[in-house]
Amino acid sequence: MSEARLQRVKDQDRRLIEIIVDGWAMSAMEGDTVLVAILAQRQLLRDAPGEPVGAGFCLMGACQDCWVWQEDGRRIRACSTYAEPGMRIRTTWPDHLLAS
Amino acid sequence: MARSSARILIIGAGPAGLRAAEMLAEAGCSPTLIDEAPRIGGQIYRQPPRVPGFTRTAAELYGAAAERARDLFVTFDRIRNRIDYRPSSLVYDLIDNRVIVASEGKSEEVPFDALILATGAMDRIVPAPGWTLPGVYTVGAAQIALKHQGATIGKRVAFVGIGPLMFLAAHQYAKAGVAPVAVVVPSRFRSFAAAGLRLLQMPREFSLGLHWLLDLKRRGVPILFGHRLAQVLGEETVTGITVRRRGAERAIVCDAVAIGYGLQSETQLADLTGIRFAFDPARRQWLPESDPLGRATGRKDVYLAGDGAGMLGADAAEARGRLAAHALMTDLDISHVTYRPKADLETIARATQLQASLRAAFDLPADFFAAVSDETILCRCEQVPAGELRAIAGLMGAREMNRAKSYSRIGMGRCQGRMCGHAAAEILADKLGVSLDSVGRLRGQPPIKPVSVGTVAERKA
Repeated sequence: MSEARLQRVKDQDRRLIEIIVDGWAMSAMEGDTVLVAILAQRQLLRDAPGEPVGAGFCLMGACQDCWVWQEDGRRIRACSTYAEPGMRIRTTWPDHLLAS
Repeated sequence: MARSSARILIIGAGPAGLRAAEMLAEAGCSPTLIDEAPRIGGQIYRQPPRVPGFTRTAAELYGAAAERARDLFVTFDRIRNRIDYRPSSLVYDLIDNRVIVASEGKSEEVPFDALILATGAMDRIVPAPGWTLPGVYTVGAAQIALKHQGATIGKRVAFVGIGPLMFLAAHQYAKAGVAPVAVVVPSRFRSFAAAGLRLLQMPREFSLGLHWLLDLKRRGVPILFGHRLAQVLGEETVTGITVRRRGAERAIVCDAVAIGYGLQSETQLADLTGIRFAFDPARRQWLPESDPLGRATGRKDVYLAGDGAGMLGADAAEARGRLAAHALMTDLDISHVTYRPKADLETIARATQLQASLRAAFDLPADFFAAVSDETILCRCEQVPAGELRAIAGLMGAREMNRAKSYSRIGMGRCQGRMCGHAAAEILADKLGVSLDSVGRLRGQPPIKPVSVGTVAERKA
């Protein structure tokens, strides 16, 4: 299941940046949303206990199907948050939120 | 009395909000323009991020509408310094004469003397078994991925639904080298063709639609009229779809599906203002009510513009933005340049006629909602199947959407019923054997979109 879901077809000559997803370095392109950065390399955005698995749905901030977490526990909408160099993303609950 | 110091607030920076802002700025007002997106344009003229490497031209991004998009962007650049523009800002509540805005993890109250709502529209969804599988997106999402990010939602994409936007998106995918594996349209070809012919009076729209259709044909994309989506196949991700025509099913292999049955207005904020709504039998949606210039019924300080007040398309949205700004300035005695609404009213009349033709072209089978099986997930947030709504239909007063919501949890989730509300109302009305208007509509509840507790707590000084 490591195959990419999204296909990059236009505007691919961009600066590469690196984000950290579930502790692993992942390269992304400057200007990617978190959703596109992750789904250009993976099948799923979110696979968290108690949450439907998700890869997003509306991409315009309405359906709330693209929630992921930052490592500090903050929830973000992956479709409308841009990937920033060094950003640390979790596709499942951050450990400190899972502990209880 | 000149009242150009009035606090005027516009919500939404798509074609309607931008034209309203332009008209107000030209009259010397300094409206506040709040938009959820980081850049102007709305969904229709959504722009790629301002980052080196995004090099597509307006013509590549917006096709036949490139000129209109460019003109809006130029207009915005001209008025940018005269308005209070707040991008990446989400209005999540409205109390009396102030809105609550979330931006960068903080909340702020913004008071207004007059409000123009230009909140736009989004895809209307009808569920089918498997539609919650990863890899199923809205038609709008398929287009946004391409327009905003230069990506497609898959390699082998099936488009399912009705409406010109779906054909446009399928055409854009084909042009980008990702020819759809199929375009599945539940409407009968006969009604599509008959209504299409009536569009001959509108040569521009007719030839554009014909061009998309012929281009898809030329590229060998099967266009399956009279076919319904029977099921989205796959265990963990989309592997295909089955489509049905008169009882006969066939399977189509794909790795992504784009579904959209036309567009519905985004009306939650309008609801919070307390203005009157009326049922629109043609669009089959409860819509905020206004006079022809956009003055809302029930509140003197609220104006409606664009597709949020009933889907009419981008050109009409620009016209409605100007009309609303004009009505607002007239009401507040703000002197402004001579503006004759005639041309804009004609644009709206024309768009209304076009929408009527399109509705006739893309009619849905009479049993379309009755045919949604009981096992089909209806509410994706709360994972509630259609059968649960049917089971409580009519029980203990559940003849109305809000009661049905509290019994079944449908529409109670994080999307606030945006994805399922329309289909749920259709299914409830069908089950009860009543007209769609009599089941009412899901009330808008604050926050109209989820915001974190921290954001609510963090008030800007």
